[in-house]
Amino acid sequence: MNLVWKLLRHHISVSNFVGFSLANLVGMCIVLLSFQFYKDVMPLFTGDDALLKTNGIVVSKRVGMGSTLSGRTNGFTASEVDDLRARPFARRVGLFTPANYMAEARMSFNGAEILGTELFFESIPDEFVDMDRKTWRYAPGEAEVPIILPRSYITMYNFGFAQGRALPRLSDGLMGMVTLDITLRGNGHQGRFKGRVVKFSNRMTAILVPQAFMDWSNAHFAPDGDREPTRLVMEIENPGSETVVKYFDKHGYEVENNQLETEKHTYFLKTTVGVVMVVGGIISVLSFYILMLSIYLLVQKNATKLQNLLLIGYSPARVARPYQVLTIVLNGAVLMVAWCVLFFLRLDYMEFIETFFPDWRGGTMMPSILLGAVLLIAVSICNIWVIRQKIMKIWKNKE
Amino acid sequence: MNIIRLASVVPHALSIQHDAASEVWRQDVCFEKGKTYLIEAGSGKGKTTLCSYILGFRNDYKGRILFDKEEVCHYGVKRWIEVRRSHVSMLFQELRLFPELTALENVQIKNNLTAFKTEAQIAVFFDRLGIGDKKDAKISRMSCGQQQRVAMIRALVQPFDFIVVDEPISHLDDDNAVQMNRMLMEEARKQGAGIIVTSVGKHVDMNYDKIFKL
Repeated sequence: MNLVWKLLRHHISVSNFVGFSLANLVGMCIVLLSFQFYKDVMPLFTGDDALLKTNGIVVSKRVGMGSTLSGRTNGFTASEVDDLRARPFARRVGLFTPANYMAEARMSFNGAEILGTELFFESIPDEFVDMDRKTWRYAPGEAEVPIILPRSYITMYNFGFAQGRALPRLSDGLMGMVTLDITLRGNGHQGRFKGRVVKFSNRMTAILVPQAFMDWSNAHFAPDGDREPTRLVMEIENPGSETVVKYFDKHGYEVENNQLETEKHTYFLKTTVGVVMVVGGIISVLSFYILMLSIYLLVQKNATKLQNLLLIGYSPARVARPYQVLTIVLNGAVLMVAWCVLFFLRLDYMEFIETFFPDWRGGTMMPSILLGAVLLIAVSICNIWVIRQKIMKIWKNKE
Repeated sequence: MNIIRLASVVPHALSIQHDAASEVWRQDVCFEKGKTYLIEAGSGKGKTTLCSYILGFRNDYKGRILFDKEEVCHYGVKRWIEVRRSHVSMLFQELRLFPELTALENVQIKNNLTAFKTEAQIAVFFDRLGIGDKKDAKISRMSCGQQQRVAMIRALVQPFDFIVVDEPISHLDDDNAVQMNRMLMEEARKQGAGIIVTSVGKHVDMNYDKIFKL
């Protein structure tokens, strides 16, 4: 056995280290579990939609009987938009641009025509569409247009239409096989385009095309048809805030698809997870404190031995190493156990979640593995530094 | 390292006293490699303090200590470690052995660091000092005299330019003192090292080049 270790392990208090390990294990499990849970559950709220970024909502004016009968427009005026932009809760506001021309589309799947209908295109500023810019683009003159369809269309088709007529059902995987032959008419022009469905969106009740296509096609097929936007897309600061709800109620605005509720849930989930992580963090910090106290006590009790080792030629680094290795091994062991605990707990809650969301494919344990590794490195660096400082005090004959 | 020089060195604690009799404190003193010195003093005159200064363990003094021409107050941790491992060996008055370890382990813990002597050479040291049968005994179970001999062996398992022995035979009978004296001389000669012996009265019988009164 290494003689230095044989010498310095005297006075190690097993109960102190067991206490530290348990406290650290509890803290670490809470931190990692809440973080992993957040990473696992968050996509359920935000959806794998990739369309609107988190905290994004679509706002329109409430359609009442009065406005329908009076023919009053439902569009947002420039001053209303400016007022909304000036609100502190509004991070970004974008306008929907409606198409001012006629559009007809024939949807075919794998070459077979399955639907022919008149369509109404809209667009939102590209910065609100969280998609690869290479996919979500259009240059004037091109015949192919990327399109985002509301998922409800597919549901309607799958369960209403396809089933009745023995047509194939569509899924996300088959999305690329859906093509739309689009005919646009207006201003004495007629144009034919190929629509390529790039996404089914849960959160958007509009058939979206890129802003560039909309600008070009409106100018080409309906140069005089400028209309007020009837819908706005917004990114807001804190969806749970009462100010937002009050402001929308006051102005008669409504939020589509109950997005505000979803955003609220997301917000509360984030807050709850944040609080739980802080609690776990505090427990971890306290356990770190216990470990440091134990090490301090150990160094104190062995101060004479440490001093003698230094006097016969051992370096402070060499003398500090056994204690540093001890803390790293303890931290590492605790992390391993925490990862194991997390693995089994996760199996448990994932099973529960999958019961409710059969389609949902969960992520990996990578977030908590990385977080654990980062915490281990950070804590170990602190431990190493503190122990080294303590030994240096003995070197300087100040203990 | 060839010279240890004390230039007007005086411990802070003694700096207010004006004891003109000291031949070390406040004087210019040189210890040369290869020579043998005795520092004699009564209790409380600062023999152990002087040893601490030379080993860089304390620096509560006025004046300058120089190794060759370098002032030691500029030494960092690395240099002092090098001094302790390769240039200055010390037999501490308070021995500074590890009671939890055996006699042999107390020597090995130093030799592991320097890799200076073989196991067989260490065994010969033990035999020569009459404690060959005590190698595996815990230090805490050995007498003061036996511990003093173990400490001497530990001081010899490293390369050195100077060996400082602080009251080396205070607990030894005459036979063992002679034996230890002989071993110390042999090892110092082999390495061409200087010997600095401190003594409160009973001292090692050697041909001293110079004797100082502290």
